[in-house]
Amino acid sequence: MTLIDLANPTKFLSLTARVLPWLAGATSILLLIGFYQAAMAPDDYQQGATVKIMFIHVPNAWLSMFVWGVMSLAALGTLVWRHPLADVAAKAAAPIGAAFTFLALVTGSLWGRPMWGTYWEWDARLTSVLILFLMYLGLIALWRAVDDPSRAARAAAILTLVGALNLPIIKFSVDWWNTLHQPASVMRMGGSSLDSAFLIPLLVMAVGFSLLFITLHLAAMRNEILRRRVRSLQMMQASQQAA
Amino acid sequence: MPLGPYASFIVTSYTLVVAVVLILIVWIAVDYRRQKARLRELEASGVVRRSGRSAADIR
Repeated sequence: MTLIDLANPTKFLSLTARVLPWLAGATSILLLIGFYQAAMAPDDYQQGATVKIMFIHVPNAWLSMFVWGVMSLAALGTLVWRHPLADVAAKAAAPIGAAFTFLALVTGSLWGRPMWGTYWEWDARLTSVLILFLMYLGLIALWRAVDDPSRAARAAAILTLVGALNLPIIKFSVDWWNTLHQPASVMRMGGSSLDSAFLIPLLVMAVGFSLLFITLHLAAMRNEILRRRVRSLQMMQASQQAA
Repeated sequence: MPLGPYASFIVTSYTLVVAVVLILIVWIAVDYRRQKARLRELEASGVVRRSGRSAADIR
């Protein structure tokens, strides 16, 4: 099966049926290992045991931006190449991305209270991620508001690409402005500043959560394809009844 | 595994992540069953796709 074959929804559904059980299994194993390693990780000399929140906060924060990146590529697929699965991919990813962003915000807040002394601060990083979350909600509302999926797809694609401007702002906010949030400590020039006792569990969790996203996304895309088939059959039924 | 004075923050964070991920999984699984059931209902009422494939072909 070539990549171009995946443009055919039926072939995509057949591939999904074969791949999903393996992906779900790999995701479960990796996340179990990740949670175990997170539980066994040593306390940080400054933060104590609260450093354990990092193992779930950071993967969710990464994914909040990664999912919008995936949606931006899908938006290009909708607007430029008119790929039949592009808007299916974008629509299916939005609620999952919103969930990851919500978790990044809440776990960050719960980490911030003991470390910074506050749940929330209107600084550049926190505010730009909150804007990302609101954009996810806006996109979901847009998809629900427009009945015709192809019309909704174009509007959503434009909104997604405009929203992508927020991604570099989130990433570099800690460098451009003086914020309460710490600067990058994993993906930075000169390599990670994290000790391997923290870095390894963090990377395992990051890969596990990324696989979780891929699994959920494929399953949600399958649902969206079925939903569109239901819609087209309902329209056929209505036209048959009218004739 | 002692979690220190901020144990409630750590436990709440992990509980919330597990709960939200479980909600996502259940929501997607329920949606899948619902769409397949709707497809079967429509096919049972005589409406078929142009390709002639049925919901039973979708695993």
